[in-house]
Amino acid sequence: MTSPITARRLPDEADLAQGSIPAALEDETFAGPAPDSATDGEVIDPQGAMKPLVSPAASLLRFITCGSVDDGKSTLIGRLLFETNSVFDDQMEALKRDTKKFGTTGEDLDFALLVDGLSAEREQGITIDVAYRYFSTGNRAFIIADTPGHEQYTRNMATGASQAELAIILVDARKGILSQTRRHSFITSLVGIKSVIVAINKMDLVDYSEARFEEIKRGYQAILPTLGFTDVTFVPVSAKAGDNIVAPSPNTPWYRGETLLERLETVEPETFDAGAEPFRLPVQWVNRPNLDFRGFSGSIVGGKVARGDAIVALPSGGRSRVKGVFGPDGEVASAEAGEAVTITLTDEIDVSRGDVITAANAPTGVSRSFSGDLLWMANRPLIKGGRMIVKIGSAQTPATLSSLDGAIDIHSYETRPADALTMNEIGRVKLTAERPVVALPYGENRDLGAFILIDPVSNETVALGVVRTVGEPEAVAPEGHAENRSGLARLADLWLGEAARGGAEHRAEHRQAKIRARIAGSVLVGFLALIFQMPLLLVPVLALLDFLLRPFLAVAFGADRLPEERKLDPTVVDEGGGI
Amino acid sequence: MKHMTHLQRLEAESIFIIREAAASAENPVMLYSIGKDSAVMLHLAMKAFKPGKPPFPLLHVDTTWKFREMIEFRDRRAKELGLDLIVHTNQEGVRAGINPFASGSRVHTDVMKTEALKQALDKYKFDMAFGGARRDEEKSRAKERVFSLRTPEHRWDAKNQRPEPWRLFNTRKKKGESFRVFPLSNWTEQDVWHYIAIENIPVVPLYFAAPRPIIRRDGALIMKDDDRMELKPGESVETMMVRFRTLGCYPLTGAVESSAASLDDIIGEMRSSRVSERQGRVIDQDSGASMEEKKQEGYF
Ligand SMILES: Nc1nc2c(ncn2[C@@H]2O[C@H](COP(=O)(O)OP(=O)(O)OP(=O)(O)O)[C@@H](O)[C@H]2O)c(=O)[nH]1
Ligand SMILES: [Mg+2]
Repeated sequence: MTSPITARRLPDEADLAQGSIPAALEDETFAGPAPDSATDGEVIDPQGAMKPLVSPAASLLRFITCGSVDDGKSTLIGRLLFETNSVFDDQMEALKRDTKKFGTTGEDLDFALLVDGLSAEREQGITIDVAYRYFSTGNRAFIIADTPGHEQYTRNMATGASQAELAIILVDARKGILSQTRRHSFITSLVGIKSVIVAINKMDLVDYSEARFEEIKRGYQAILPTLGFTDVTFVPVSAKAGDNIVAPSPNTPWYRGETLLERLETVEPETFDAGAEPFRLPVQWVNRPNLDFRGFSGSIVGGKVARGDAIVALPSGGRSRVKGVFGPDGEVASAEAGEAVTITLTDEIDVSRGDVITAANAPTGVSRSFSGDLLWMANRPLIKGGRMIVKIGSAQTPATLSSLDGAIDIHSYETRPADALTMNEIGRVKLTAERPVVALPYGENRDLGAFILIDPVSNETVALGVVRTVGEPEAVAPEGHAENRSGLARLADLWLGEAARGGAEHRAEHRQAKIRARIAGSVLVGFLALIFQMPLLLVPVLALLDFLLRPFLAVAFGADRLPEERKLDPTVVDEGGGI
Repeated sequence: MKHMTHLQRLEAESIFIIREAAASAENPVMLYSIGKDSAVMLHLAMKAFKPGKPPFPLLHVDTTWKFREMIEFRDRRAKELGLDLIVHTNQEGVRAGINPFASGSRVHTDVMKTEALKQALDKYKFDMAFGGARRDEEKSRAKERVFSLRTPEHRWDAKNQRPEPWRLFNTRKKKGESFRVFPLSNWTEQDVWHYIAIENIPVVPLYFAAPRPIIRRDGALIMKDDDRMELKPGESVETMMVRFRTLGCYPLTGAVESSAASLDDIIGEMRSSRVSERQGRVIDQDSGASMEEKKQEGYF
């Protein structure tokens, strides 16, 4: 029996930098006795030499398989699971039974049936919806999304791709590059994947021909320039026979590159580095357990935040400083992109769900309009003037398609004019929202640059897209933080009360109105003084004093602030709506 | 960017999902099944709303056939964490005398679990229910969304699921519709145990090997947890060193012979195990697509 587990912690940056991961060391004890297999000699073990997993994986790779229908994506994933020892005996038994019933492979096991889990898929022998599968080897855990090749289900492929860091694009060696290969390659590039493995499959059916492999490789290289992938490898495989999946195949002596699994285990996918960006936190939840704590919770999507940092809340423009940063395990000095945090601020500024807290010196775009590329996913066509709800980050707002600038031709990758987008078409669009949207181009930020469109009536998700440019900016509060404003300016803020808050445009208007109202009030006081026959000299003095001092009375009695606005728009989900 | 381990990334993702769900629901609830996945999900919920408490109660659908140790554990945990716990039992089912022995696993599960769950959701008008299901558990679960929309009749339409690109969850729904949310979608059994070990999360002792009274029935090792389980001719009660990989109704949950008495042992054993955790569940094996069918009818 091994020692009981003592408190462990996840390895942090410093540990990794030193190359010593305490959790991993302690986890040596995980290699305890294995009663199941110790006594059972008949274990099926396709990968007997595979090293057992001794600790939680140090890294995670999310990838997809995509490509045209029947190119062998699901078979490849099934094979990968089998070869990495990730299929349990009872699942193998079920696979044998299923192969007899639904199999497309004759005597051999139909590995696609390990992955195609819906009854409709098994009956039709195709993938309809994304399957998420999991396996780990050595130090890396993998989350695979096996996507459907059928054009009708392109939206499911795009969904899988949006979450992936790498794509395996399959090509059937007999058929070569098809239009669906091109479409999937384009969507892969649209969602920003840079690392791609082109797996040329079914090599068994072309006699493992090097010439055929080279021919397809050249064909694919020809379309690469438009796609912007920066890391592309080509691997000849047979998903069915298992060539070059885990071990180098004797059937392809001419191929000297890595096997598919070797590539997956070693690749450092070129992903967008959100850590290099200025701080961005879309607020998901306002955490207010008691009167002394008001925290803003969300996952950081850019940069880093530390106690004392100056921030600005968008779209309102309210400024403050970070009082505290709380990670999953309590208060921390700082936190970075990827972490789920709660932060508190030194000032009571108005922040609610849907707002974005950003570094004070680098606010994002705030605009009612933006342009982008989208994949239309609904049965009915998308036309100009269409009204939908746009969701970016944690914010939702009604929006209109103000222009449709073209559709992408999947054969030439060029934009052609279009009056409408039909299902599975990709188009260039402009959207105008009812309220200012906090957004960034997708190339700058994955989270604030991605959106979905929702049909306001049926509630279906009808499009997914990426932001290209953020339109005319809405005025944001001028530079300068609440803290370093002069005493006089602070006094002026107090005098202005509610008119000193809110967006700049709104504020200017409000301020003018306030001053006009104050002047009218003073004139009235002067007028009354006249009527009551006060000394003539006193009239203007009285009026001036009234003009200057009365607002401070309002402050003293707390009547200068509006009560917190209740949002009645049904598209806005209020913080604490859950309580 | 800071390097985050696999488990740190999963933790952050789950907290994001839990917050998103709580923020967009009117009346959320966390289904608490007392198992290891529920333990992890609850632990993550506690983290998501610190220093506050999760803004939802726990709901346990009690079939009256759970292991006694589970019930003790449930009540103790809810008290320790200071959370509201709702326990619901399908009283009609109890009156009709439904039980796993006489009625069979299928009927028992339908009435005491699926029906009971719908009753409870309807009774309290919950519109968002967190569940600890994971995609790696079963092949139709691998197709499940994180936010799974259910009709007012609680049905799951596998062919009509909303795409969930990036992490832009569409949480809009019509009156009467509700969501099942699965914050642990991307966790595997291994991840769950590694996390339980690292975070010191309490779990029901039944997961650890101990001598227990076992009856061999239909190839499964069933623990005789109380007197309601009667011996059939030829059966006897043996004391065996066993543990459970999943927990449910005791007459329907097969034990595995094991000497794994610590988390280290469990993780070691799981790594070399050649059978999936659901193998011990009698209900999943009724028919090939049985999980998919059950889900369509409103099972979790
Ligand atoms: N000979 C041979 N057949 C293969 C190979 N890979 C896949 N197949 C067969 O090709 C057919 C389609 O395979 P799937 O894995 O279902 O294809 P897919 O790409 O997942 O199809 P969709 O998901 O529907 O787009 C099945 O009959 C497979 O057995 C291979 O390497 N060699
Ligand atoms: Mg497939």
